[in-house]
Amino acid sequence: MSVYLDYNATALMRPEVRDLVIEIMEGVGNASSVHNFGRAARKYVEDAREQVATLCGSNAKQVIFTSGATESINTVLNEYKDKRVLISAIEHPAVLECATQAERIPVTKDGVIDMDTYKALLNEGEPPALVCIMLVNSETGVIQPIAEAAKLAHEKGALFFVDAVQGAGRIDISIDKLGADYMALSAHKMAGPQGIGALVTRKGVDAPKFMHGGGQEKNCRAGTHNTAGIAGMGLAAELALKNLPHYDTLTKMRDDMEAKLRQATNNLTIYGENAPRVGNTCNVGIEGVPAQTQLMALDLDGIAVSSGSACSSGSFKASHVLQAMGADEDQAKSALRISLGWNTTAADIEAFVESWTRMVKRTQK
Amino acid sequence: MNSLGIDKDPKDTRVVVAMSGGVDSSVTAALLHEEGYDVVGVTLQLYDHGEAIDRKGACCAGQDIYDAKRVAEEKGFPHYVLNYEDNFRESVIDDFADSYMRGETPIPCVRCNQTVKFRDLLKVAHDLGADCMATGHYIKRSVNEGTGKAELHRAIDDGKDQSYFLFATTQEQLDFLRFPLGGWTKDVTREHAERLGLLVCNKPDSQDICFVPNGDYASIVKKIRPTAENHGDIIDMNGNVLGEQHGVIHYTVGQRKGLGIGGGHNEDNSPFYVVKVDPKANQVIVGPKEALARDLVTISSCNWLTDIPESGLDVNVKLRSVSKPAPAKLFKIDDQTAEIQLETAQYGIAPGQAGVCYDNGRVLGGGWIIDARNSSMPMAA
Repeated sequence: MSVYLDYNATALMRPEVRDLVIEIMEGVGNASSVHNFGRAARKYVEDAREQVATLCGSNAKQVIFTSGATESINTVLNEYKDKRVLISAIEHPAVLECATQAERIPVTKDGVIDMDTYKALLNEGEPPALVCIMLVNSETGVIQPIAEAAKLAHEKGALFFVDAVQGAGRIDISIDKLGADYMALSAHKMAGPQGIGALVTRKGVDAPKFMHGGGQEKNCRAGTHNTAGIAGMGLAAELALKNLPHYDTLTKMRDDMEAKLRQATNNLTIYGENAPRVGNTCNVGIEGVPAQTQLMALDLDGIAVSSGSACSSGSFKASHVLQAMGADEDQAKSALRISLGWNTTAADIEAFVESWTRMVKRTQK
Repeated sequence: MNSLGIDKDPKDTRVVVAMSGGVDSSVTAALLHEEGYDVVGVTLQLYDHGEAIDRKGACCAGQDIYDAKRVAEEKGFPHYVLNYEDNFRESVIDDFADSYMRGETPIPCVRCNQTVKFRDLLKVAHDLGADCMATGHYIKRSVNEGTGKAELHRAIDDGKDQSYFLFATTQEQLDFLRFPLGGWTKDVTREHAERLGLLVCNKPDSQDICFVPNGDYASIVKKIRPTAENHGDIIDMNGNVLGEQHGVIHYTVGQRKGLGIGGGHNEDNSPFYVVKVDPKANQVIVGPKEALARDLVTISSCNWLTDIPESGLDVNVKLRSVSKPAPAKLFKIDDQTAEIQLETAQYGIAPGQAGVCYDNGRVLGGGWIIDARNSSMPMAA
């Protein structure tokens, strides 16, 4: 048996996207070439740019393709290395590591940024040049009040950067509604291919230059276009937008699942449950049972979920997100993230609940 | 019964294999997998490797973790890395430093087997519904047909035998553990490594204490307990100051070299040996070789895999990992402590080392040396 419930790590590619990627890979063409082959490749790239722009309620001119959200984040934050920057305490490591100088905005125990402290940070000393807050937290699924936070930042003259990776295809990410100046996106979290992402800027804001070399992407991002990846991302964006209503089904599945987990034991914590969350994510901790044991037991039953952040060796670390929400180290090491996606079925959830319940009974004997 | 002594088909028998990334545990895992067992490989991350080798930015996982992962990937069984940095620091490294601070000569590998591996990892194996846990240690486990109980025996390969480091294995742990390599010599293991096509087959054996890859254990102790290198006096058994000692961590009972006391000989022209390390007074006491002779040894925190009669038990005892077992009589003082009466006095018995008792090849258990005296002499120094 094999059940995949780790869509926040990476999503199963939609078959339409996979077919398109394969079709392009069967052909040849550099999108910068003048000839027929190059023009065909270029059409894929430019069509995709429009599709991604539509998902963000933006204009194709504002979209730069990158190798992924990590590159988009590096591109923006590298520009602010010697400036005052505010970031939330629950950002992805890409943000934390690229803005080591940044001041951290704490979150409440529900996992939402603490607005009062945020306001105080904005008002103290020299106004920040940039504020960076993620739209949806990858571990808890908690949605951050971006529109409100961006408005406050703008009042102080700061620009606003949103890591929208876990929001794309799950909630509305229209850049103007969010009030973002920069937005980072990743294709593979919305059922597109891995290794491709985008940096979207608000009209009037230029994307900083990070990769130097050829004149691709209007001289903003050097490097031969990943045509297949870009086209895959475009189609994934289009399908993500079209399937937004499906998220209601996932929300119902997730809520049913959480109710069943509660039936199995009341010794559990669902992180972020009192805050607005995207419908596909559940973060559940059982005190005293290390997440690594839980994860292994489930994996040996063929069920894939995840926990906190893992290093390249696969070794576990306590989740900085849960710790920022007030969990102690043991609690932060005892939580699992279950994330559903477009291909998740009720049978998958049932298999997970069954294996999880068995594991809980065995470990709490 | 399958080859692990469990009444199940191998494919229904889940075995957690503790894999270090070395040849021995890799062969153990690959062999059991070849026999058709439901093998689950686990490697423990015990310390930050990048920090241990003092290289900034190096990955927290060392090459060994990658090697173990690659073996599992090649063979196609699941493998996990458990982060035990906290457990290891609390149970092994801190204790290692404290032991030196008490003037002892610790053996961290025993502590690690006793706590991190056979307590913490074993619990995980239970939680995963495993039927047993296997390691690549060179030691034999067999079930006594008379008593029906699992016993520990020295490995066939005398040079590789690790029984000294496993004396603290309890009966309950032993019931759950398996050591498939105990009946082999290292050469046989290497042959199998080659036959199985393991990429680690030519990897050299590890020599040092794992968390001290450069051998400089003093700097590790100093990092944790900064007073460990406070200088003090080297005195003879009459209290005369002979020189300066450079921190108690640098001295071990029985040590002759590196004392730095000009010539290092007394009036009879015999060399000086460390007789005692006294961290409270911050002194190192030296004397002639005879002053080291001890035939009464007290051990504590004992673990026994046998009953010890009131009248005592004739045993062979090993007081250092490198020494040969010597005849002695063992008396239990209470559940925690015991006294060993050596037939012939030994020189350089160091507190902090283990006293491990054998009946021929069988491991009876043992304890930690806390004191050694000489029955024919008043207590020296």
